[in-house]
Amino acid sequence: MLRDPSSIAIGIIMPVLLILLFGYGLSLDVTKVPVAVVLEDPSPDATELAAGFQLSPYFEPVLLTSMAKAEELMLARKVDGIIRIRPDFARTLTVGGAEVQILVHGVDANRARIIQNYAQGAVVQWTARRAARGIEVVAGPATVQSRMWFNEANESRYFLVPGLIVLIMTLIGALLTTLVMAREWERGTLEALFVTPVRTDEILLGKTIPYFILGMIGLVLCLLAAKFLFAVPFRGSVTVLTGASMLYLLVALGIGLLISSAVKNQFVASQITLLVSFLPAVMLSGFLFDLRSMPDLVRTITYLLPARYYVALLQTIFLAGDIWPVIIPNALMLTGMAALLVFLTRKVTRKRLA
Amino acid sequence: MSAVNPSVLIGRDIRKTFRRDGGEKVEALNGVSIDVAHGTLTALVGPDGAGKTTLIRLASGLMRPDGGDLKVLDIDVASEPQRVQDRIGYMPQRFGLYEDLTVQENLDLYADLHGVSMKERGQRYPSLMEMTALEPFTGRLAGRLSGGMKQKLGLACTLVRAPELLLLDEPTVGVDPLSRRELWNIILQLVNRQSMTVLLSTSYLDEAERCGQVVVMHQGNILSQGHPHEISSLAQGRVFLAEPPAGQKAREYQAWLLDKPEVVDAVPEGGRVRVVTENPKDESGTLKEAVQIRGRGDKETERQGGPDHLDGISISAQPRFEDGFMVLLKTGKEIGRPEDTENRHDDRETWRQGNQGSVPGASSAPNLPPSLSPSLIVSLPESPDHPRSMTPSLTISQSPNVAVVQVQNLVRRFGKFVAVDHVTFEVQRGEIFGLLGPNGAGKTTTFRMLCGLLPASEGTLRVAGADLRRARASARQHIGYVAQKFSLYGQLSVSENLEFFASAYSLRGEQKRRRIDWALQQFDLAPLADLPSGNLPGGFKQRLAMAAGLLHEPETLFLDEPTSGADPLARREFWRRITALSQAGVTVVITTHFMEEAEYCDRIAILDAGRILAQGTPAAIRGQASRGPGSEPTMEDAFIAVVEQARAKQARTAAAGGAA
Amino acid sequence: MLYALLRILALTRKELLAILKDPRSRFSLILPPILQCLIYGYVATYDLNHVPYAAFDHDRSAASRQLLARIDGSGVFQRVANLDRDLEVKTFIDQRRALLVVRIDRDFERNLFSGMPATVQVIADGRNSNTAGTAMGYLDAIVNAFNIDWRNSHGQGGAPIRITTRAWYNPNLETRWHMIPALIGTLTLIQTLLLTGLSVAREREQGTFDQLLVTPFRPSEIMAGKALPAVLVGFVQATMVLLVAQLWFQIPFAGSFVTLYVGLGFFLLAAIGIGLLLSSVAATMQQAMLFSFLLIMPFSLLSGLTTPISSMPMVLQYLTLLNPLRYAIDIAHRVYLEGVGLNFLIPELWPLALMAAVTLSAASWMFRHRLT
Repeated sequence: MLRDPSSIAIGIIMPVLLILLFGYGLSLDVTKVPVAVVLEDPSPDATELAAGFQLSPYFEPVLLTSMAKAEELMLARKVDGIIRIRPDFARTLTVGGAEVQILVHGVDANRARIIQNYAQGAVVQWTARRAARGIEVVAGPATVQSRMWFNEANESRYFLVPGLIVLIMTLIGALLTTLVMAREWERGTLEALFVTPVRTDEILLGKTIPYFILGMIGLVLCLLAAKFLFAVPFRGSVTVLTGASMLYLLVALGIGLLISSAVKNQFVASQITLLVSFLPAVMLSGFLFDLRSMPDLVRTITYLLPARYYVALLQTIFLAGDIWPVIIPNALMLTGMAALLVFLTRKVTRKRLA
Repeated sequence: MSAVNPSVLIGRDIRKTFRRDGGEKVEALNGVSIDVAHGTLTALVGPDGAGKTTLIRLASGLMRPDGGDLKVLDIDVASEPQRVQDRIGYMPQRFGLYEDLTVQENLDLYADLHGVSMKERGQRYPSLMEMTALEPFTGRLAGRLSGGMKQKLGLACTLVRAPELLLLDEPTVGVDPLSRRELWNIILQLVNRQSMTVLLSTSYLDEAERCGQVVVMHQGNILSQGHPHEISSLAQGRVFLAEPPAGQKAREYQAWLLDKPEVVDAVPEGGRVRVVTENPKDESGTLKEAVQIRGRGDKETERQGGPDHLDGISISAQPRFEDGFMVLLKTGKEIGRPEDTENRHDDRETWRQGNQGSVPGASSAPNLPPSLSPSLIVSLPESPDHPRSMTPSLTISQSPNVAVVQVQNLVRRFGKFVAVDHVTFEVQRGEIFGLLGPNGAGKTTTFRMLCGLLPASEGTLRVAGADLRRARASARQHIGYVAQKFSLYGQLSVSENLEFFASAYSLRGEQKRRRIDWALQQFDLAPLADLPSGNLPGGFKQRLAMAAGLLHEPETLFLDEPTSGADPLARREFWRRITALSQAGVTVVITTHFMEEAEYCDRIAILDAGRILAQGTPAAIRGQASRGPGSEPTMEDAFIAVVEQARAKQARTAAAGGAA
Repeated sequence: MLYALLRILALTRKELLAILKDPRSRFSLILPPILQCLIYGYVATYDLNHVPYAAFDHDRSAASRQLLARIDGSGVFQRVANLDRDLEVKTFIDQRRALLVVRIDRDFERNLFSGMPATVQVIADGRNSNTAGTAMGYLDAIVNAFNIDWRNSHGQGGAPIRITTRAWYNPNLETRWHMIPALIGTLTLIQTLLLTGLSVAREREQGTFDQLLVTPFRPSEIMAGKALPAVLVGFVQATMVLLVAQLWFQIPFAGSFVTLYVGLGFFLLAAIGIGLLLSSVAATMQQAMLFSFLLIMPFSLLSGLTTPISSMPMVLQYLTLLNPLRYAIDIAHRVYLEGVGLNFLIPELWPLALMAAVTLSAASWMFRHRLT
């Protein structure tokens, strides 16, 4: 097996490539958003507010005076938002009823919302600065002071990268196992193998172990990348992490093995495995999209997905530390799944051809 | 173990059914009962689909029978397969050697799997190596061994532990004759010296002759079980060797004879035709008169010590196993399935009818002597749509000495491996040219180069004057190609396949309709027209493939191992068609690993390890192996002789040239 | 010429027959796109609802209760607990029992009345910072609304700065509106790549490709004969997703169907080209499957489907220029949500055309030249 380059490629090179590619590529952080600031009021107050946007690291403002021009830019996607300061801004500031208009390009709703939030933040900061200078400002009675635990820097990568690890591990596990059985069937070695004193269990074990090791190596590489390349903080303990990861790898391999054993046609097996692993792992595991916001029916489906448990485990272990009330139930589920898969695979892989 | 000669394997009324993809059931074994005694060599004989592999797999515990019971070494295989597997050796048809491991490593691996201790290995390895002559190759990667050596290695791996029963599934298929002989020697050694019980399956009928017991299987049933002599004797007194009349080719004479209802089997052999008649000593008057065979072969002539053969005379011969087998098949078929015989007769009828529209005086059979009036040549079919009518520029009546295929110094390398090594030959128009050789000799590679599927590394080749690799697409219009493996669209029905290929060859409208109808009729495919072609039984798949290759009436037909695995009847039928095609002027280039099929060809070339060892007419090549007057070597003997000569020459040049 | 067309048609017919005859492939033609569109349509949302939060109300005044009531009534948040100890905050957040803890100080109401800053502390679980950020954004909005009402009802006059927001093309900023048109391209890409990726490899493995090459078919004809049915199938599948988007999710369609389909046509050709190229390069079906899959992953993740391209490092942004899905998603958004015309799409169409041209010709060259 060592002489077989493709397994090594999949087990080691691929995870590294993937994590590099997606680790850098996937990010929900919004910075340097091009916006148009339409200053219809030349007063110093308004100008100061506009300047506030220039100071903000999130925006790359283009100062304009005409709304029409701004809209043109937005249509052409040269800017993703328009901040409009009306002509009567300075006046209404003192009188009351001042208004700042924020227009966002709604196609990417998430990004738009983030832009909205940042813009609001910029305005609030501007009022705070005014207040600090002693300028009387009609402030809102209740103000919000927020703190984000575990991810003060609000770096999306911190939660995306662990999620990516889950994704990658799922793929590796699935792909490796389909390779295993496929290779054997192709070569016809299985037939002769069956008629030896070797027991089914031994065959299964013998096949799985090298791939398990490969998978673990790949995993370790990913984890190293997460820590050192992407600077994802790691607050939990390594043992727990390793334990959880081994469990998951076992489950992923188990699924692949089960499918390959049950479905003799290698080709269909790979198709099924891929379908069952990739997109669901992306969409339904909780790594990108919050599980709680899904309709109940869909949420129930996610309970069947081992990836979901692993994501929860990883996000907690990395960012929060060893929080046992979270770790234990998830780990138990994974163990349960692993056991079930082993049982099923044994039942299905008999030394039979038909 | 037990004292008296117990039966090692006892099967009673075994049934096994498979479900195919399409959902229909296939009865692989239909109530089979079999007995294998200790220390014997038993062969399961029969064509593909007979049930041989299924039976062996059942015996090895890989499958469970659906009915009946099967006891191996007194253990019920169905309920305790592991116990059986601990004590037997099994070599499947496709033995999985680990190609990336060396010979030694493969052996060690299997020794590990079988739980052979180091001490035992020390004892067994030397004898295994000696038996298989693989000693000098222990360090070579298994993937680099020749076909024959791979089989020997497979056998050795199966024997790492001395099993009580050895099951071999077609161990010699496609292997070169020399290795085949060597494998057989090994097997015989095992049986004779080590009292091992061996059960093997084979479709080579001559191998069956060497076994102590032969079980003839056909379509899931056992037709006969017993000593090979019992079967050969079925044909006793019915076998003759007939000399074709002057000027007629053996195969054409054979074709004609085969059509006669009184003839059970006819096969060209050594320039003559071996005929098995239905009734003993029944050279009916019609047979004799019509073809002007003078003299009757019977014991009388022999006793009188008259000449063995005169022009056209037939002499009686000792029946071979194959002769008895053919008798068995025919009678077996007639008893079991009457409608099949009907079909066969109808087959011949359509054949004859197809001939009615022939253009009289056509130079369709330029080699027939005028003494045979056309009306009696009832077995020469000629398609009403003769290629001539399609391509007016081509006239078959041109002199047949034009080289249609020219190959010069053809070389093909795959990396360092030379698959085809400076091959040169020519094929004349209208002749049947055979490329013979074992698996891996380079036949298919050469073919693919000829058809333009593979570029040549060196050398030139021309088919009908064009290099198909570089020629325009329209040049391929005149070629037909039938691959070894079924390569039509399995999910499409028979007629859909025909429709597609007809369009592919630019047939349309009325002409397309006509040709498709012709194909359906000619090859008996009409009742199956709507079945998915992947579900057809093997023989019909081949027919469909041939039909698709002939839709556009090509002038040159390339057939790659079209008869491997087919039952002897199908093979006879196939060669009938080829003969007919050749008479219609089509040039046929064919490859095969069945040496006796060379007899049907006009000229052959023997290929081994990429080189042409000998080239010429079958008679000439047989002559090379002749050990003096009176000896009648078979094609196999000729092959072995040629190989040995070539190796000896190589050794001499190597010795002369110094160390290599 | 005529013969060439006939041959191409014959091949197209054969391919379609092969696809339609196999019940498995018939099934995978229709059901998966619809199913996936439905599921992912519901799943893929950054919008939040059912966000569990815990209230830690020290004040227990009318004002604080009012604020909390607003939060409860927002439709986004769900109060799961009322905390009374600091320790519980940590427990709830750590154990993921609440995404947010809203903590109201003792002096809240008093400060409100006296005009002093009244703070509301929000603690969020940042394990998924995107979700947390969005939740906090919602909360901000709720507090703002509370502020305005408070002012009005307590006559404190002089409203603070009001920030009004409006979103173009997607007034409610529903992620779904962004996601589902994007799915048109994504799901079609996946199916098309799988279909074409396997087609040549399968024929090679089964031996039928040799049979095809031996006939008078020219490589370009084979190419056309395989591309055509794939385009048809692609259109059918895209239509399925489109129907689900319109009829089930009821996302209003702002543009012209013709424009959309033209854009899709270009996209399909590019995708088919890639698939066929892959298929002709792969040695076995297994390999073809692997390659297709290895491509599908980066294509779908780095296309702007889930995370915006503008958030990627520049290098990767340039790389996405090679990704046909990126263009497809752009086209889908612009035509579906913005309703632009064909002339606006040119910057998207010509790269697709280029990709198609290059890959299709490369594939057809490979037919004859990629041999074992």
